[in-house]
Amino acid sequence: MSFDDIINISPYSLDSKEKEKMLTERLLELTAFHRRNCKEYNNMLEALNFDETEVNSYKDLPFLPVRLFKELELKSISQENVVKTMTSSGTTGQAVSKIYLDKTTSSNQQKAMVKIVSDFTGSSRMPMIIIDCPSVVKNRAMFSARGAGILGFSIFGAKKIYALDDNMKLDVDGLREFLDKYKGQKILMFGFTFMIWQHFYKELVRLRDGGITFDLSDGILIHGGGWKKLISEAVSHDEFHKRLNDVCGIEHIYDYYGMVEQTGCIYMECECGHLHASIFSDVITRRPIDFSECDMGETGIIQVVSVIPESYPGHSLLTEDEGVILGEDDCPCGRKGKYFKINGRLKNAEIRGCSDTYATKF
Amino acid sequence: MTNLEKYTNVFVETFEITAEEAQGLKYQDIDAWDSVGHMGLISALEEAFDIMMDTDDIIDLNSFEKGKEILSKSEYGVEF
Repeated sequence: MSFDDIINISPYSLDSKEKEKMLTERLLELTAFHRRNCKEYNNMLEALNFDETEVNSYKDLPFLPVRLFKELELKSISQENVVKTMTSSGTTGQAVSKIYLDKTTSSNQQKAMVKIVSDFTGSSRMPMIIIDCPSVVKNRAMFSARGAGILGFSIFGAKKIYALDDNMKLDVDGLREFLDKYKGQKILMFGFTFMIWQHFYKELVRLRDGGITFDLSDGILIHGGGWKKLISEAVSHDEFHKRLNDVCGIEHIYDYYGMVEQTGCIYMECECGHLHASIFSDVITRRPIDFSECDMGETGIIQVVSVIPESYPGHSLLTEDEGVILGEDDCPCGRKGKYFKINGRLKNAEIRGCSDTYATKF
Repeated sequence: MTNLEKYTNVFVETFEITAEEAQGLKYQDIDAWDSVGHMGLISALEEAFDIMMDTDDIIDLNSFEKGKEILSKSEYGVEF
């Protein structure tokens, strides 16, 4: 089963049985492919005595710890086919993951992402406000996770502005002009959770106190990158929504969960506040004691699988995040597949996430 | 200026190449046409022809030739 067969399936249309069958077939193929093309990966599977004939479900496939991409240069293509290298976000001094992409994997990431996000925003492109600074996408050969996120979402923007300058200061005049120009249209906004809070929300509050207000009630805000700093400032998910709504009237706010090691497969938050797995990927929660699969409602370590990675062996990874599967196929929003929530990082795990690593400076 | 000249010009100005180099050019052939350059190309094409492209077409536009084919579709109506 190729990626091209999967991309034409509606992203939240498969129930658990159909999805398990599809994922098992595709991920077994990817496992075999990476064994043939990545020596280090094959060595690891040999060491585990992995036997693919014993696999009944994609849940039986081995998973690599995400950290491994910091220590090893894992790729299943030759160096001359690498078109882009992406790096994870890290705080100063931290090692970062390096993810090598070829044309196919890079383009499939974008295709999957378009399918996923369109299910929430509609397929038409909108004027877009990027709540970040333009310099983030400057270094083109080495993409930070932050740049990759911005670039990935940019395809939905018909006309774009960066709301912050390179000193992370809100461009009040630019924002005003943009909003006047596209008045009455649906506006897409994208940014990372902490940057939105620190440089956008707080500035809007300050401006409001001085009598300057912005109406963003036609906006759709998509944000991600981690909540760690906001939780420490006692800003909950609901509080974040309420306060942003208070200051600029925005009603549609969607969080997403994703990581640079599986770019493209993001997990969007639905209208009911649940993160959803699309058909391109899945989450499995595991018990720290023996890595067995958790029951629904039980907190565990998050494993992620993705049908996209062909250029590097990252189709099954154990993250350092903790979360809970809330249900499957029966979210009131109507989307099939698992829905879940993320509790945060495992204790003693490194800080990462575009929002969280940036926030360590504050 | 004909549509073909206008179209070629977008490539020339976006990627700082000659009209000859634009012919037959494919995505990722040159450093300038990477994923960032691609979004710049799309904006410039949209501006030049006053159109708004679908996300699927933005992804599919992976060569100079393919772009002509896409812009010729009825929803954009650019004749070459």
